[in-house]
Amino acid sequence: MSDTPIANRVIADVAIGDALPTLSYDVTASTIVLGALAARDWRPMHHDYDFAVNRNGTQDIFLNTPNQAAWFERYVTDWTGPMGRLGRMTFRMKGSVFPRDTMVLNANVTAIAIDETGCGWTELMVSLSVNDQLKTDCTVRVALPTSVNDNPWRRTGDQWTP
Amino acid sequence: MTTAENRDETEHGSNPEMPEVPDDVVALIGAIQYEVAGDFPVEQGYIWTSCSSVENANPLFWDIAVADQITDGPIAPPTMLSVWFRPHNWAPGRTDVALPLQVHFDLKQRFDLPEAVMSDNTIVFYEPVRPGDRLRTHQILRSVTGPKTTKLGSGRFWVIDVEYHNQRDELVGVESYTGFGYRREEPA
Repeated sequence: MSDTPIANRVIADVAIGDALPTLSYDVTASTIVLGALAARDWRPMHHDYDFAVNRNGTQDIFLNTPNQAAWFERYVTDWTGPMGRLGRMTFRMKGSVFPRDTMVLNANVTAIAIDETGCGWTELMVSLSVNDQLKTDCTVRVALPTSVNDNPWRRTGDQWTP
Repeated sequence: MTTAENRDETEHGSNPEMPEVPDDVVALIGAIQYEVAGDFPVEQGYIWTSCSSVENANPLFWDIAVADQITDGPIAPPTMLSVWFRPHNWAPGRTDVALPLQVHFDLKQRFDLPEAVMSDNTIVFYEPVRPGDRLRTHQILRSVTGPKTTKLGSGRFWVIDVEYHNQRDELVGVESYTGFGYRREEPA
């Protein structure tokens, strides 16, 4: 059991334009293979260099889609704390992430709203870049507590409108 | 010579809104396909493996007291949705390779496009997924384009939704994939 107080961000802590802390991560072949297997993605372009290069025409094996989603989730909830509840995530991959890349995640708050059920929402624009080249852009709609007594995870049915 | 790519470029349908999409493919748009149950219940070990792969230290997934306090017990990271319906790479008695997102592979075969990538992905999260849940999914083809050429090669884009329900018939999530099936350009 944890004795450490849980840090949670509430809606009042957030303003449009706020920047999330940058996350920088050195990608290795192990990062990509571990991510693919954790996602149960057995397709060879995520673990077989020869297949990736000579069949797919890419420069190396590359990060798979579900694992990119997992990276975005981790990045966003590092910022929100565990009370942050993802509602919707949309991302577009413009280029691949390969071994020896340093991927850099950044984000800004683009919207804040309280919906008709009283749920507090923030919209984030997240970017994943390598060498200042955008590889994936992502928008995330994440619910935050409206007060220290609120918990978005308690919402269900028509009280949860992601 | 008639190449697969040339055949694809000449395929047309009778639907005036999608004249570049063959009728048999148009007929699949909006239809529920491949209703399946996951191969195994949602399990804690995979949750930790996934969190480890991205160094996700969210205490919801590592500290039972935090999970009890916030989510009434352990849950899976929401973005693990697709993990729970991806088939084993091998299973006893199986004679064919089981493929996730079968509609995607059906379209690759239908249009004779040997390569494919995913470009866009939208995930909407509803009820939390918990260890022990047995998820059911189905796939719905939403759209197919006419022939397109990108730097990867020539092919078509398509959008496929995957809807997930738990054993209580609660909607837990909807994923929408945009795929591009293609044939690499032959070197000049």
